[in-house]
Amino acid sequence: MDMQVAKKKLGLKERYAVMTRGLDWTPSYQKMEDIYPYMAYEGIKIHDWDKWEDPFRLTMDAYWKYQSEKERKLYSVLDAYIQSNGHLNVTDARYLNAVKLFVSGISPLEYVAHRGFAHAGRQFPGPGPRVACLMQSLDEIRHAQTQIHAVSNYNKYYNGMHDFHHAHDRVWFLSVPKSFFDDAITAGPFEFMVAIGFSFEYVLTNLLFVPFVSGAAYNGDMGTMTFGFSAQSDEARHMTLGLEVIKFILQQDPANVPIVQRWIDKWTWRGYRVLTLVAMMMDYMLPKRTMSWKEAWEVYFEQNGGALFKDLARYGITIPKCTEQIALEKDHLSHQAWGTFYNYAAVTNFHTWMPDADEMEWLSAKYPESYDKYYRPRMEFWREEAAKGNRFYNKTLPMLCQTCQIPLVFTEPGDPTKICYREVDYKEDKYHFCSDHCKKIFEDEPEKYVQAWMPVHQIYQGNCFPEGTDPTVEGFDPLAAVMKYYHIEHGRDNLDFEGSEDQKNFAEWRGQATKNA
Amino acid sequence: MHIDLQTVSIKPLRHTFDNIARRIGADKPATRYQEGTLDMQQTANFHYRPTWDPDHDIYDASRSAIKMADWYAFKDPRQFYYGAYTLARAKQQDTAEANFDFVESRGMATNLPDSVRDTVLKVLTPLRHVAWGSNMNNASICAYGYGTGFSQPHIFHSMDQLGIAQYITRVGLLLGSVEVLDEAKRSWVEDDTWQGLRRFVEDSMVVQDPFELFVVQNVVLDGLLYPLVYETIIDDVLSSQGGTSVAMLTQFMTDWFAETKKWADATVKIAAAESAENKAILAKWIGEWRDRAAAALLPVARIALGERTDELMGEVVQQFNARMTKAGVAV
Amino acid sequence: MSNVFIALQTNEDTRQIIEAIVQDNPHAVVNEQPAMVKIDAEGKLIVRRETIEELIGRSYDLQELQVNLITMSGNLDQTDDEMILYWNA
Repeated sequence: MDMQVAKKKLGLKERYAVMTRGLDWTPSYQKMEDIYPYMAYEGIKIHDWDKWEDPFRLTMDAYWKYQSEKERKLYSVLDAYIQSNGHLNVTDARYLNAVKLFVSGISPLEYVAHRGFAHAGRQFPGPGPRVACLMQSLDEIRHAQTQIHAVSNYNKYYNGMHDFHHAHDRVWFLSVPKSFFDDAITAGPFEFMVAIGFSFEYVLTNLLFVPFVSGAAYNGDMGTMTFGFSAQSDEARHMTLGLEVIKFILQQDPANVPIVQRWIDKWTWRGYRVLTLVAMMMDYMLPKRTMSWKEAWEVYFEQNGGALFKDLARYGITIPKCTEQIALEKDHLSHQAWGTFYNYAAVTNFHTWMPDADEMEWLSAKYPESYDKYYRPRMEFWREEAAKGNRFYNKTLPMLCQTCQIPLVFTEPGDPTKICYREVDYKEDKYHFCSDHCKKIFEDEPEKYVQAWMPVHQIYQGNCFPEGTDPTVEGFDPLAAVMKYYHIEHGRDNLDFEGSEDQKNFAEWRGQATKNA
Repeated sequence: MHIDLQTVSIKPLRHTFDNIARRIGADKPATRYQEGTLDMQQTANFHYRPTWDPDHDIYDASRSAIKMADWYAFKDPRQFYYGAYTLARAKQQDTAEANFDFVESRGMATNLPDSVRDTVLKVLTPLRHVAWGSNMNNASICAYGYGTGFSQPHIFHSMDQLGIAQYITRVGLLLGSVEVLDEAKRSWVEDDTWQGLRRFVEDSMVVQDPFELFVVQNVVLDGLLYPLVYETIIDDVLSSQGGTSVAMLTQFMTDWFAETKKWADATVKIAAAESAENKAILAKWIGEWRDRAAAALLPVARIALGERTDELMGEVVQQFNARMTKAGVAV
Repeated sequence: MSNVFIALQTNEDTRQIIEAIVQDNPHAVVNEQPAMVKIDAEGKLIVRRETIEELIGRSYDLQELQVNLITMSGNLDQTDDEMILYWNA
């Protein structure tokens, strides 16, 4: 196809080598340390960049050819979906709140990944990783933009998505994903690759994408489903980059092994904490559920990840210890998270609700050890209270974990009746954590984590009001001011799904599409 | 009341995202370029400082001496977001593929006059390394530039340059062999002819200001290199000596330069129009780096142009100066 | 031994590719899910260009798989003729 040569026919490997490896040279007018200033400070030792193996040997002409085919297909499906008001085919409008969570929490991260891979690609001297990283940088802006284009149509008809960039940088729970990626891009290039290329794009990717994309497929959201499958094919390349990065670094020098192990441990835990939002989405926000969080973790991490770590054992890497705690949290994570958002639904850009009787049956069946014993009673109580007109919205700001920035709602491993609190005294302040693992991450790099922009602290310091606000006036309502700062419209973007404009509009429009006047 | 079951006419609540509406002046339908570009880059409340550059934020306008009230004043005239970019390049790739097939299947490569083949291989093949440097520099600008309006085109530009390096490699293999590529690399590293240019490229790799790097690489170096090599040497001089098949093999580069020039000029124009200070900084950068680049390209030009080198090189520089004047920077 | 897997979109283009994979990997198990087909295999999975070409009746470049690929698991080795997924352990 693309690489025919008249005389000597080169195999894929040799052709690719000539198309990429041969392009670089050893500089002599400038020093390597000046051209590549960030290669030494993380302590990683690379002796021979040529040992890098390129798994997907994609040259640019093939890239443009295949990616344009994917784009053509994607946009024609999107256009057809938009033209036919496909959004009216979703199972029910509660589903759209998963889309709101996705666009404000995840889509901006794709953009950070784009910039991060441009940075990593520039900073690595080896042509192999350079090309793979830059191709990923290009892919990531594709993901950011195709997601926004897919969601753009939902934004026209439903609420909560109207200012998602603004929300991502300010809203309390969105600092969870935002701080995760800020942490990665502010780390050195090698750590960035282990954090994102390996831990996120290889180990945990299926736990983010399969739930959202299958969720979309099951709930009639063809736009997101199409985007998802199209993006996933790029992910296959990203996964192979992530796996190659790990193997390459580990093989270069034994001194690298403990550094990489620490990063794998840290980023598996940080990534898992971000996935709390996915767990709750899968178990509570999809009208038609695909599988439970517990099942997803078992298939995509315990089985698949298990095979991966068995393979990596030859380099001296062990499966992160935090997986023990994750296994204990499997039965509890999504319920504790959803309970929290139900409580704080006055300050979110999406709606919440309590599961109905059928949905509670599904939860009982999927979580036989925990749902009926710990969570059904409180959820039935909340449902009854709401029916009586006593819907309670918590207005007291929660304590956040300094590392993952999730409110301290998680329970002690092994004891779901006790909230887990940890703390560290550092210099003149006390810091709080949701778990031993978040605490350890802080203790390893305290100077980094003390910098965090903690949403609750920032609100209390008066930094989350619109410019020109006077908090001293009589009757000042701080949370109302915070909502204005967030650009969240009270009564429209927040509170229960029941009685929302989304609910009313969806029913009316769907009625129009299926009934006679 | 008419109901069309295929398409129900329901009234949207809004036309676009609020941030887009704020920028385009009203809630009206927005283009995919606008929705995919405006405000994509985070600007507030960063959590940590880069451990690799603690003096700056993750995204930091102060990395550049160029000052803008709004970095989204930079708009790509091509309106390239990923989809539009990829579709455009796929079409060009198809044409390039057809051209390579055409030349190869008709034995046009073997029928090239020896002098033309030798000249092409000597001039063109080492340029794959210059393209590699451009790939690297554009990645840098994308990583450290401020605002998606400015940074986005640079990832496209970076990967274009990798593509160009690969097309040059294919020309080298078609007209020559793997050994020719090795020889070109040796030449690049050792021969006097190339050392001015190699020094220029390596010096560009340590330029820290992303806007200066944009000027050095995309405005100045390519602004002289492409008209010199692809327009003057290949399309004019060598074609008149029996080398039109080479022009077919490098059509991608010629078309690419014509397209990207529009974006580069627009970017210079917007930066220069912002303030007298910006204009002065641009004039200084463009003038100094242009003189270096022209001097570095002279021996390279001589390979193909012989005694017409000074004359034709002079024309290339003059046209470049005229182009800059049109963009608002007199050099 | 650990499983490798490959997942492809369900459409007209992939039907015969899946057939080819099943032909070349008798130990593979096919899992049909909404809009997706997941193929699991113990230890190793080989996708062969020649087998696909026989089934689709035209020349095929293994890079074309990218258009319909969803996700995969295992180390990857790719040549002009084969794409191999494998675990070492």
